[in-house]
Order: sequence, then C-alpha cells, then structure tokens
Amino acid sequence: MLLSGSDIIVECLLEQGADTVFGYPGGAVLNIYDSLYKYSDKIRHIITAHEQGACHAADGFARATGKTGVVIATSGPGATNLTTGLATAYMDSIPLVAITGNVSTNLLGLDSFQEVDITGVTMPITKHNFIVKDIAELADTLRLAFDIAGSGRKGPVLVDIPKDITAAKFEYAPMKPIGQAPAKIDEDELNTALELIEHSEKPYIYAGGGVISANAEGELKTFAELCDAPVSCSLMGQGAYDQTDRRYIGMLGMHGTVKAAAVLNSCDLFIGVGTRFSDRVIGDPTVFGKNAKFIHIDIDPAEFNKNVDVGCTVKGDVKEVLKTLCAKITRKKCPWTNEVISKNFGEPVQKGTDALPVTPQAVITKLDELTNGNAVIATEVGQNQMWAAQYYKFKEPRSFISSGGLGTMGFGLGAALGAKIGRPDKTVVNVAGDGSFAMNLNELITACAHNIPIIEMVINNNVLGMVRQWQRLFYNKHFSQTTLDARHINYAKLGEAFGIQTFVIEKNEDIEPVLKKALEISKSAPVMIEVRVDRDINVLPMIPAGKPVVDPITEIDLEV
Amino acid sequence: MHEQEYVLSVKVSNNNGVLPRVGGLFARRGYSIKSLNAAETEEPDISRLTIVVSADLRILEQIKNQLMKLYDVHEVKILTDAVTREHILIRAGNSVEDRHKISEIANLYRAKPVDIAADSIMLELTGEPAKIDSFLNLLKPFGIIKMVRSGITALERD
Repeated sequence: MLLSGSDIIVECLLEQGADTVFGYPGGAVLNIYDSLYKYSDKIRHIITAHEQGACHAADGFARATGKTGVVIATSGPGATNLTTGLATAYMDSIPLVAITGNVSTNLLGLDSFQEVDITGVTMPITKHNFIVKDIAELADTLRLAFDIAGSGRKGPVLVDIPKDITAAKFEYAPMKPIGQAPAKIDEDELNTALELIEHSEKPYIYAGGGVISANAEGELKTFAELCDAPVSCSLMGQGAYDQTDRRYIGMLGMHGTVKAAAVLNSCDLFIGVGTRFSDRVIGDPTVFGKNAKFIHIDIDPAEFNKNVDVGCTVKGDVKEVLKTLCAKITRKKCPWTNEVISKNFGEPVQKGTDALPVTPQAVITKLDELTNGNAVIATEVGQNQMWAAQYYKFKEPRSFISSGGLGTMGFGLGAALGAKIGRPDKTVVNVAGDGSFAMNLNELITACAHNIPIIEMVINNNVLGMVRQWQRLFYNKHFSQTTLDARHINYAKLGEAFGIQTFVIEKNEDIEPVLKKALEISKSAPVMIEVRVDRDINVLPMIPAGKPVVDPITEIDLEV
Repeated sequence: MHEQEYVLSVKVSNNNGVLPRVGGLFARRGYSIKSLNAAETEEPDISRLTIVVSADLRILEQIKNQLMKLYDVHEVKILTDAVTREHILIRAGNSVEDRHKISEIANLYRAKPVDIAADSIMLELTGEPAKIDSFLNLLKPFGIIKMVRSGITALERD
C-alpha cells in the first residue's frame, strides 16, 4: 500500500511491537506527529517536559521490560537534548531506537533553521546511526535499527529522518521482525573454562548487567549451584542474582561489601559473567584478583583483556554459554564457599547527628521490607544510588534502574516514569538526592500530566553528598560548591505546585508511616517524599579510585 | 609490551559516514594511526581501508575487536605476508648545479619526472615504504619543496 513516510515509520514501530513511545513534537517531526495522531488508538505517545527526560524514560522502559525503548525528537535542539540519554544508554548497553526529524534534504548542510548534524554528533554514543535520504530505504532502515539495537551487545541506535522523507509517499509492505540466532560458541574456549572450573577449589562468580540483558538469571543460579560458588553482582548486575539467597555476598567494587573484597582476594578462580570489568570495580588493575585465575564470559570480545588481563575468555550469548557450561559441569563441592559465606566481616560504621537522626540506610532498608524486595527501584547518581544498591535486596532482574556507566545525574526520574509505564504492575520508586532531583525535576510534570504513579523519594542532605565525601577524604575538606544551603527548597510546596502529594521523613518514627502512606497513594497517583538527613553520612565501605580492592574504608572520622 | 607497526586491511561499507566512524574510533580510544588509505574495491559497495597502526599486541587485538563492532566494518585482517606499496609525489629544488645529481638519484630509483619547471622538478615513485624513505633521504640535501605520500596500500599474498 502507498503510505507517507511518517505512516511508514509508525507502521514499522508497530511491526516491532513498539506500542509505547516517548517524545516531544517540533517542526521537523510534524508529519510524524500527524501520523501518531492518526494511529493514536494503536500507539501510546508520552510527552515529557524535555527531550532528555523522554530519552531517559525510553531507557527506563527498556531496562524494566527488556523491550527496545523508542524516543522521538525534533531536529536541532530536540535532537541534541537526546545526547545525554543516548550516552547513558550506550554505556549501559540498553536497546533504544531514537528517531529524530531533520530539515528537508534540500536544506541539509546549509545551516538551516534547527538543523544539526545529529548523526555526526551521536557517532561515539550510539551503537550505530543512520540518516535516511531516500524514502525507498526508510522501512528497511528502521527495521535494521531495531535489529542492531536489540541484538548482540545491545545499545542505542539513532535514525535521522529529514522532513521531506516523512512527507513523501512510498509503497509499504509489512514485515515480521527477524530474530538473530545466537552466535556459535567456541568449543576450545568452553573446554578451557570447564577445566578451570573443575580444578578450582575456591570459585567466585561475579555477574554483571550482561546477565540481565541476556535474561540469563535462571542459568546463573544453576551455574552458581553447580560450581558451589559465592556470588557477587556489579552495580549493573543488581537483581541478576537473588540477593536473599545464601550464596549472595554483596556488590563488588568501590562501594561493595567487605566480604566481596575479601572473597576476591582469597578465591582461586574469578568467573566474570556478562561484565566489562569497569574501573569502578577493579580499582588497581595490576593487582585485581591477583591470586586467582580468570574466566571471562561475554558477548562482546572487545571487553576481553581490555581493563584486566584474563586468561580464559568465552565469547557468546551469556545465556547460551551458561546453559552449555551447566550441561557439562560435574557438580562441585567447595568447603571454602561455606566458610566465606557464613563468615561475618562486620558492618561499616555510619555516623549521623542527633539533629537529623534519620539515615538513608534505614529508610531504604524499611522500603525493602515494606515492598518485600519486589519494587522497581530507579536511582539518580551519587550517594542515593549507592545506598539504594547496598540496602535494597533485589530479588529479580530489571528491578534496579540506574545509570551505571555514564553516571548521569538527572536520569532517575525520567527512567522511573518509563519503568512504571512498562511495568504498571510494579511499585516504582525513584531514589534521588536533592542535587540530582534539581537537575531534571521538570519531569514531575510528566508524572502528573499522565498520572504515572511513581514514588519520588528525595534524600535531602542539602549537599552534593558524594562529591562532598571525596572532598572530605581527598581535598582537605574544601567543600567547594557542594553545599546547597542557599537553595531553601520547600518540597511540599513544590509538590503541591505540580499536584503531587508530598511527605516529609525527619524522625525515625516517620519512616514507616510515611512509606506506608506513599505506597498506598502510589497505587493510583504519583507521590513525593522528602527524607531529611545529615550531610555527613558517607557511603561505606569505600575503596578509593585506582586503589587495590583490599581492606575497604569502613569508617570515616568526621572530626579529623 | 613491545610496540611496533602493523598493517590492517579493513573492508568497510562504501558510504560517506564510514571514515569519521573509523577515524573517530581511533581518536577517542587513543589508538595511533600512522597512515590511512581508503578507496573502492572490486565490489562497488565495499571500500578497503589500509591502516598502518603503531601498537603492542594487546592494543592491536583491541583495535581489531573495536573495529569489528562498527556496523559498517565487515572484515579486519592484520597483514603479515603482503605486498605493500606506497606512492609519492615530490617537488624538489632543481638548480643548474644539482640537476645532474637529482636525475641520477631518480634514475637509480626509477622515479619518473612528471613536471619540470625552471628551478624545480616533480618526481613520482611507487615502491615499498622503505624504498620511498631512502629515496627521500637522498633527495633531502637538494631541498624538498613539497611532497605527498599516499600512505601504504597492501594486499596479502596467496
């Protein structure tokens, strides 16, 4: 059938099962929005307050559902506003398709109004991008974009479409998406890995976001049992392994547990699954796991030997690799594992003040208890993010939505909205700090306008806490530009202005009743909580950047 | 690890975005390019990039893996047994006193004069990069006014 380019775009979205898109209209996408108007019974469009929020929402939607998120923006500033969101998704390997309008092909390259070379801009922050200059290529380019975004190591793909292409007419025939068969796994690599596992007496499994991306949580569990190994997850891997399980020994890395650090140094085999050995985890690469041999399982061979030299690598889809390994491993019995998982390594010492006795840790712990570990927790970036990761006990994948690689402050609110739209059955909480909240609080408008019932929890310490923590430790307590006392934000009034009920937690007695009330309201409407906490509560344990993952700091003296 | 020069032969889609993609990858990851040559192949949709890099084996492996992640890159070969050639155009001083010596060097290397002016001469030479280097060294004393090297092109032997 003969369709306009913009109708073809919407038809292609429907082909891919994309029934929800996020975006913001504008001149260069007028045709696309006209088609969205026409197709409004088949495709839901969520308009956000800002294109960045739309991109984070599409990202949160993708993380929470496993589907490819879709975001639409106009040319020029609309397109450049996507860049932080695209870079966030790229660093965390999240499948997204971004559709941007551009000026008509005859105006391209002439510095036309709202023209920007967005494929040039986003080259380093997308898995691939396209500009469609011929309507004959439109449908296949969009199909290819979805295919690239969702296959192999996933990631964002941008398709830039000039306005005359969306207006032109072309023959369209629907096509079913073609899935890709997983690549073959090398037998030799598998056998080397099997041999290492067989000879190991102290195997330790470290799972990353790749396990979640590959939907391999079941295989990971079986693998851990067969290996009889303790398990850690990276920040991106939170939820890949049930944290209430006895084998789980906490996060590994800069703010990981003391136990995980100890196990890293005493294991004889370190098995990294679906992970990229981030600098935030390995610290000093020359001594990381220096007593251990390594197995690295990942879909992207460019991660092998990039940050850490590993001997044995297995390239492939994590789910397929684990499945194959599980079928071949003889069940192991490792006395060391029992020993380390039952050993007590103590708790870090947390200090607050009498004036503000509530600690973020207590609030997150209570939230975990009241939601039975079943909520989806989005985070901003900084202390709030680490406390959420440390104190919420994630039981299933896709329940922790956080900007791990890029560390994007302002990510969480938009992402939480996307997650809630993708998983309306779940309680969705965005754990924010007051700094991150202020960056993109405009998306409260989206929460209200579309009545997306999330809980926005602002942990307010009136400082940029993580930076302050580093300034305390490494910059002589020069708290340069991190004290936000001058802001005097009245959160209750702010919430009221947007039409969001807002509660305050400032005493320990408030924690439970306020959380319960918020959870009740969030069944039907968005709600905000301000948690007032002391500015000198630090994220512990901590391993300073680039230092060996040995003896983490568990107490910071505030007096010195 | 020991750093040395390697010649990569890279088959890519023949579109105008491919050079910035490859160049950007090298720039942002800090890989060092010694020379890059790009041109069409026997298949009109495919271009071949011949890239000379300076790297140790670990970085070489990284370069190969990272290149293969680009959608437009179809094949990356590290050439070990190959015919390598480079082309040079060079304009040298051609004073009356030097004219004889320059033409002697040109004859020795079988370089071809392609443009002769009153006080300068343009020579053309194709050969292995080492041959080009030594030709250049011999011409230097007479004053090199301008030159352009094509960068290495290479094809593996059968």
